[in-house]
Amino acid sequence: MTTKKINISINGFPAQVKPGITILDAASDNGIIIPTLCYHKDLCVAGNCRVCVVEVAGQKRLSAACATPCEEGMEILTNSLKVRNSRKHIIELLLSEHNADCTKCYRNGNCELQELASEYKIMTQDFIELLPYKTYSVDMYSPSIIKDDSKCIRCQRCVRTCAELQGVNALTVAHKGDHMKISTFMEKAMNAVVCTNCGQCINHCPTGALVEKNYIEEVWEAIANPSKHVVVQTAPAVRIGLGEELGFEPGSRNTGKMVSALKRLGFDSVLDTDFTADLTIIEEGTELLTRLKKALVDKDADVKLPMATSCSPGWIKYIEHMYPEYLDNLSTCKSPQQMFGALVKTYYAKARNLEPDKIVSVSIMPCTAKKFEANRPEMFDSGYRDVDYVLTTRELAIMIKQAGINFKALEESKFDRLMGESTGAGVIFGATGGVMEAALRTAYEIVTGREVPFKNLEIAPVRGMEGVREASIKIENPKPEWKFLDGVELKCAVAHGLVNAKTVMDSVKKGTASYHFIEIMACPGGCLGGGGQPIPTSPEIRQKRAEAIYAEDSHMQIRKSHENPEVQKLYRDFLKEPLGEISHKLLHTKYLPRERF
Amino acid sequence: MATSYQLKRADFIFKNENDWEQVLGKILSQNPQDLINELISSELKGRGGAGFPTGLKWKVAAEQPSDTKYVICNADEGEPGTFKDREILQRVPYKVLTAMVACAHVIGAREGFIYLRNEYWFLRNELEKVIDEFEYYCKEINLEFKIKVFMGSGAYICGEETALFESMEGKRGEPRNKPPYPTTWGYLGKPTVINNVETLAHTYTIFKYGAKKFYDLGVQYSRGTKLFSVSGDTPKPGIYELELGMSLQDFVYEFGDGDTKAVQVGGASGFLVPRKKFADTAIGYQGKLTGISLPTGGSMMLFNSSRSMYNVLDNYLEFFREESCGQCTPCRVGCQQLLIGIKAVKRAEKPASYLDKLLRLTETMQYTAKCGLGQSVANSFSSIVENFREEMIY
Amino acid sequence: MSPIQLLIKDLADKYGRNRENLLPIMQGVVEQENYLSEYSMVEIAREMDLPAAEVYGTATFYSFLEVKKMGRFIIRICKTISCAMKGKSQVVFAIQDMLKVNVGETTADGRFSLLETNCLGLCHKAPAMLINHEVYTDLTPERVREILSEYMAK
Repeated sequence: MTTKKINISINGFPAQVKPGITILDAASDNGIIIPTLCYHKDLCVAGNCRVCVVEVAGQKRLSAACATPCEEGMEILTNSLKVRNSRKHIIELLLSEHNADCTKCYRNGNCELQELASEYKIMTQDFIELLPYKTYSVDMYSPSIIKDDSKCIRCQRCVRTCAELQGVNALTVAHKGDHMKISTFMEKAMNAVVCTNCGQCINHCPTGALVEKNYIEEVWEAIANPSKHVVVQTAPAVRIGLGEELGFEPGSRNTGKMVSALKRLGFDSVLDTDFTADLTIIEEGTELLTRLKKALVDKDADVKLPMATSCSPGWIKYIEHMYPEYLDNLSTCKSPQQMFGALVKTYYAKARNLEPDKIVSVSIMPCTAKKFEANRPEMFDSGYRDVDYVLTTRELAIMIKQAGINFKALEESKFDRLMGESTGAGVIFGATGGVMEAALRTAYEIVTGREVPFKNLEIAPVRGMEGVREASIKIENPKPEWKFLDGVELKCAVAHGLVNAKTVMDSVKKGTASYHFIEIMACPGGCLGGGGQPIPTSPEIRQKRAEAIYAEDSHMQIRKSHENPEVQKLYRDFLKEPLGEISHKLLHTKYLPRERF
Repeated sequence: MATSYQLKRADFIFKNENDWEQVLGKILSQNPQDLINELISSELKGRGGAGFPTGLKWKVAAEQPSDTKYVICNADEGEPGTFKDREILQRVPYKVLTAMVACAHVIGAREGFIYLRNEYWFLRNELEKVIDEFEYYCKEINLEFKIKVFMGSGAYICGEETALFESMEGKRGEPRNKPPYPTTWGYLGKPTVINNVETLAHTYTIFKYGAKKFYDLGVQYSRGTKLFSVSGDTPKPGIYELELGMSLQDFVYEFGDGDTKAVQVGGASGFLVPRKKFADTAIGYQGKLTGISLPTGGSMMLFNSSRSMYNVLDNYLEFFREESCGQCTPCRVGCQQLLIGIKAVKRAEKPASYLDKLLRLTETMQYTAKCGLGQSVANSFSSIVENFREEMIY
Repeated sequence: MSPIQLLIKDLADKYGRNRENLLPIMQGVVEQENYLSEYSMVEIAREMDLPAAEVYGTATFYSFLEVKKMGRFIIRICKTISCAMKGKSQVVFAIQDMLKVNVGETTADGRFSLLETNCLGLCHKAPAMLINHEVYTDLTPERVREILSEYMAK
């Protein structure tokens, strides 16, 4: 289909654009950058910051480029004196309302307002500072997120993120006029409302109004303490995101450099969460098959299907709030982070002959909800706090910079052993659909003795960035012990972004979908788009990170979780069998119904 | 140049003729296109303050292909100094209802709302009673049209039409981006005609007497009559129906207390006119006969020489600081800066030249605010500071 | 079911449970309770299947939907310039003196709340005030004392 283009001019140069396209996009397509603040590619257009105003010939008033569609014959000026003066005023106004003590800000150096102020060379503060006239609060109660209202520019990106991408609506706009602010219900602390700690608000915040609670100093201290053995695990999505903070383009794979950097930071052992991702597949795959057997053979009415993945702590808190009646549908498996934590202070400690209380267990995660997860009272199964500190990808990048490490020049290293071995199946946990794909690779093979019938083990239907994806695999010719699955069409669904989780759960609730297994990741794109990943994020960036994840997988020698030799050894030496007694104690967990309102 | 217009009083709107059934019959017997033509040739413009041609609004809504359309009467009369809509709804509500039916007939709507500000809750029962009677009559003549009163909850900005839709949809009353405009994307995303109470009442006059009678009143570009809410330092506060185009000089002669220093035309979002400019100021829409021509929603506040213009401005700015919806930067932060700024200048914490910086800011606010109200919040500041600068300074 | 839950259910039955019915339902609760408590906002959210934060965010936009406990009689006195010019301050002083509260406060017995509000649209009869939905105009300190005495007797 060809649509007729319309003729416009931008800054005197003619251009042909698609009808209905906004001035902002038209300008961008023609190589002209119009500054924005409230605009974000992931979100609907708000048009409220007014930084993107442009002049349209014949109109006295300026138009917001993000919210104004192009019309035939439009003559647009993006850099006239009137535009410049107005834009400068608006930046000055925002600064007058903003706690612009940049050197003390966590986002110093990566702040869109700071960048604009620098671009427009706002060198003086002519307007009166409004902060002293207001009472601002800083909410530090959440283990994951700090909300500092004095740095908020009221662009409402966080509110739209929380509503449109996540369907959580923990954040809202409250009051009006000079009192207008971003608030939770009744201005409660973030940890006292439906917030899932996913951190997407942080990723979408242009300033330092929403940041993660960082534990950088605590980790430095642990490293410096000679009596402590500091173990670090790194989640799959970290290795393909970290580079963005350290001078690489999105989509760069930096596993080897990351390991080198961690060793130079002084961690005693640099290990891989992918190892427990593989372990998760064994436990969770077995759990799924057990549930299927109970449902299909034993006709056990108590067994809950579909079974849902439990790796994403944002998703866990979401379902606890929004669908508490479906908690039994969740796999009882802990997330890979928490399995790792529980094993470090038991299996690893024993094997390495270490006192568990001398071990400090650190994890590097693309996620802020993991900070909350590590803090849950259920996560002390080793007898200690299983994971002591959770750092985001961003925090790790900060540590690397603090340590003066030239990341780009680093050599490649390999993870240490015990609990450092992983497979391609483990690494794709970082992308939406990855857990499903990894589980299918293993479960299908357990049941049939054959590899999944997809070229290169790539299960294309569960890959991609569609919000909800469905796939089914027909089981034919199973091994004798799985005879009851012969001819069964295993139906799966994959969703990422909690608003899509809602879609899936609502169809489960209504009974319109008959899935066996669903994978849900709280963040758009899965962990690679997690709330702890480098800022900015956009659909394009997430796409590149996904490609990097799948490239990691295809470059791995072993690509199926059950073939991970260290996992096999773990079962031989310690766990004995999937879903066995030790597994139950260390690797599985319970969930907690929470209030939705 | 002084206009030669004397004040011309008129009496259409509040004339209680009790003939709405005939007028309604006459309206329904005409086809929509004729009614639109009638309105267009009357040159009636919106009486809420913005002055959009009413006939054109109805025409565009009529052309939209949609099964569901709405007629909304904007009775969120919140502009300081305006109280005419309340009187209309109290005294001649059936004119408004008849006009809403006319609009529904023209555009093809089956449902209408009156968005009544919460402050006017005391009108509600009476109004709903009239609506019941009216709907009963409509049913008798087989006319399918329902009117509901939707109560506002106290927010000046909801007088802005798209903010009003948001409010009716149960949300915060924050103005939307435009385009799309209400005639294509209004309440619940449906084509909607939203008219001010007074505008609807004028259409009654037009449909009853014909466009010519209305057109012959007033002056070029500003046809017909308009209700003025007169308050402040005046011996005769109240509501007056006057032909448009009068000079402010004549107005003050009639309504002033002999010592009028300035008149605020159009409420807090309007302009202050000092005595020396009375003669050169006409009250009407743009496209002027005289030096300055000020459109107005009808608020006329008179101030005599005992009043401090600083206090007046302070009061207006306080109002906007609270009543700005807060979503867009220029209006939210701009209003705070103007208010704190004049206080600082008054206390000599900032030099008088800071007023010039603020005047430049008012231009930005006018150019860049998201909605019509945000674009006009600084009018009072610029007109008062320009004319009474000495009163602003320490 | 608590009385408030019942009230909210009745209101939702009457107006509907779509988002566009939120304001009438909140108004209905305020009619009964004088304000929206945390509990009633949660119950409204539950009844209408809306996020509680949205209910709160919407309520706080509107000056007649208080989220702070209010007295049985809410006095809203107009503070706009036309009323200010006609002696509104004296009237406020008289009320403060009589009720022993400041603007923004509620009397200890929980009967009266005193608020200032923006233009009531009664400028030709300034100063003006509302007590709940009741209108009082052409106020003077004497007149307001009489009016309040009547309310105190209620």
